[in-house]
Amino acid sequence: MEVFIQQLINGITLGSIYGLIAIGYTMVFGIIGMVNFAHGDVFMVSAFIALITLLLLTTWLGIGSFALALLIVLIVSMLFTSLVNWAIERTAYRPLRGSFRLAPLISAIGMSIFLSNFVQVAQGPRVKSIPPFFNEVIVLTPEGSGYEVVISYKQIVVWAVTAALLLVFWFVVTKTALGRAQRACEQDQKMAALLGIDVDRTISITFVIAAALAAVAGTMYLMYYGVVSFADGFVPGVKAFTAAVLGGIGSLPGAVIGGLLIGLIETMWSAYFSIDYKDVAAFSILAITMIFLPQGILGRPDVEKV
Amino acid sequence: MEASPPASRVDLARALRQTAITALIAFGLLLPLIGFNTVQNIRNELVLETRWPLLAALVAIIAAGRFLHAAFIAPALARRALRPRQEDAKRVATRARRLRWLTPFTLGFALLYPALVLSIVGTQGAVKWIDNFGVQILIYVMLGWGLNIVVGLAGLLDLGYVAFYAVGAYSYALLAHNFGLSFWILLPVAGCLAAFWGILLGFPVLRLRGDYLAIVTLAFGEIIRLILINWVPVTNGYAGISGIPRPTFFGIAFNASDEGFAARFGLEFSPVYRTIFLYYLILALALVTAALTVRLRRLPIGRAWEALREDEIACRSLGINTTNTKLTAFAMGAMFAGFAGSFFAARQGFISPESFTFMESAVIVAIVVLGGMGSLLGVAIAAVIMIGGTEIMRELDFLKVVFGSAFDPTQYRMLLFGFAMVLIMVWRPRGLIATREPSTLLKTSRRALLREQKTTKPSLAQERHG
Repeated sequence: MEVFIQQLINGITLGSIYGLIAIGYTMVFGIIGMVNFAHGDVFMVSAFIALITLLLLTTWLGIGSFALALLIVLIVSMLFTSLVNWAIERTAYRPLRGSFRLAPLISAIGMSIFLSNFVQVAQGPRVKSIPPFFNEVIVLTPEGSGYEVVISYKQIVVWAVTAALLLVFWFVVTKTALGRAQRACEQDQKMAALLGIDVDRTISITFVIAAALAAVAGTMYLMYYGVVSFADGFVPGVKAFTAAVLGGIGSLPGAVIGGLLIGLIETMWSAYFSIDYKDVAAFSILAITMIFLPQGILGRPDVEKV
Repeated sequence: MEASPPASRVDLARALRQTAITALIAFGLLLPLIGFNTVQNIRNELVLETRWPLLAALVAIIAAGRFLHAAFIAPALARRALRPRQEDAKRVATRARRLRWLTPFTLGFALLYPALVLSIVGTQGAVKWIDNFGVQILIYVMLGWGLNIVVGLAGLLDLGYVAFYAVGAYSYALLAHNFGLSFWILLPVAGCLAAFWGILLGFPVLRLRGDYLAIVTLAFGEIIRLILINWVPVTNGYAGISGIPRPTFFGIAFNASDEGFAARFGLEFSPVYRTIFLYYLILALALVTAALTVRLRRLPIGRAWEALREDEIACRSLGINTTNTKLTAFAMGAMFAGFAGSFFAARQGFISPESFTFMESAVIVAIVVLGGMGSLLGVAIAAVIMIGGTEIMRELDFLKVVFGSAFDPTQYRMLLFGFAMVLIMVWRPRGLIATREPSTLLKTSRRALLREQKTTKPSLAQERHG
């Protein structure tokens, strides 16, 4: 039981990170119907931006307060990652809008290869690790019991930041004019344009929001694991996509639920079965969901119109 | 991009403004990752270094490119777009004629390539050129043509194609290793096993369409790779399988012994004979793939594939069994990947899961789409450009003189590869050769078309390649 609760805590932490990335996939797919293959690499780039900002703050400016440093890192990473994703959409995807179906996907795969290799060339192929910090834990089990269930401060930070940003994001999408424009473009771009919505701008903003959430995930990932390398975009990217599909692609709460589920399944599988095959488990879930529940948990069924 | 009016003189103010904006954005994009470098100091701590000159240089290059585009290239393109285009039909006709000559020319060049290399660089240097450029490119040409059946003809996007390549390679390696069977027996066996896996993996995903299918096939590709890594007793995990027997020339091995190829034919021993043999072997395999594709397109099954690509619902309402049609496409494509895989294992003599990453699948898909889906010639050209281009990067040592001795061109290979993918897609979303030979023409209309072509009547010539 203690093991289970411990894995639950770990799984939810991992799942929050996946969920944040998954929202980016699901939003982009919802609005322009393309799988943004480079999103995992945008996440990796954001972790690198966070790493550089953190080093800048701690080694150059000597900021000692952890909370302040984290806040600044988060904001800087969100800003720069948004710029990166905006530029990607502008140069690699927008010229292909309305082109044949595979073109944006191929362009996105090319962008994904470009981004990971760009980081490899610019920052070197080695795994970058930050000095361990903020390692306090809270022991949840009563003293004297055999197995200690612990929750680290880092995990609490991940949960809190994820929850807070999801609330903000939820507010933006459901209550603001921007969110309404977004949902309108999702349903019918031509009609939205006729009603005076700037479709291009709305799509750009969607990419910016997706990148900002990926940057939150990237910063959390860096803080939680303490390491990042240029190759860290692909696997979390595919898993987050799995989460988006599992939750029902196009559905925002679905992406979060899917993320949490994938995180939980992965940690439970590692704890109870074999750590070697944890990625196989995640990919198998993707395939099984696609085959038996293609619309996902919260997605609308795909109605085919002729 | 910008719909600028065709100004007779260069609109400098506008161009400068655009350049300034671009430079600012480029600065923002490059500031974190280029402006700063994370390096480990002596105490193994990460510290930051700055690279302002590099940042400034890159921003300047981007700004200069943008200025050239805004000031000269974009207005020129806008002017050209406005020019009346009654020449179009003639241009299409000449292009078609050129394309018709390109195929025999390319084929002839491919056949003569080893001889050409031998006569230029001699036997010593020839191994590298035939192997790195000839064999390497032809493997991708064959994989591209194989995947072309799935993606180009049947319209099913398969992002896990490398899985079948891996099945072929491991089938040959394991069976040759454990049972001592020869390459020529195992080549068809590997193809059949890969086709079997194609059916096995294809079956559950047939209901899916488009991007969904792509992602599930990607998942299958990764699962197979992860199994190859983790199933150590059989596959030897990351360490891979080494000492795979090499193919023989009808039973004559390519070695220095008295029974070897060189000794039997009274030649001086040289590794170049094996390389040349491998070159012609993969060329033959690739041409078989191409010939079969051309023939299959004329069979009912090939027509069903292409109909499926165009409209699945229409297909079903016409009574085509879409399940079988998709499965045959999957199996066919997988079979050729299996052939290529067993050739790959035989050529390398060593395989490990590292050779079958998702990146390989992405490269093959990129070759098919960049070449122009369904066009055999286009796929071959794309393979030459993308694979040959990245191989060339290994040979650019002279750049060290320009950029200093620390400059290593090979690490830019995949960077440029990704960049080229995006660039070609934006430039030609339908691929390098977007014109497609018509699948079928009525006898009379074909003759009529030829007659029309002689008199170069524009409308029909255009229609044929629309």
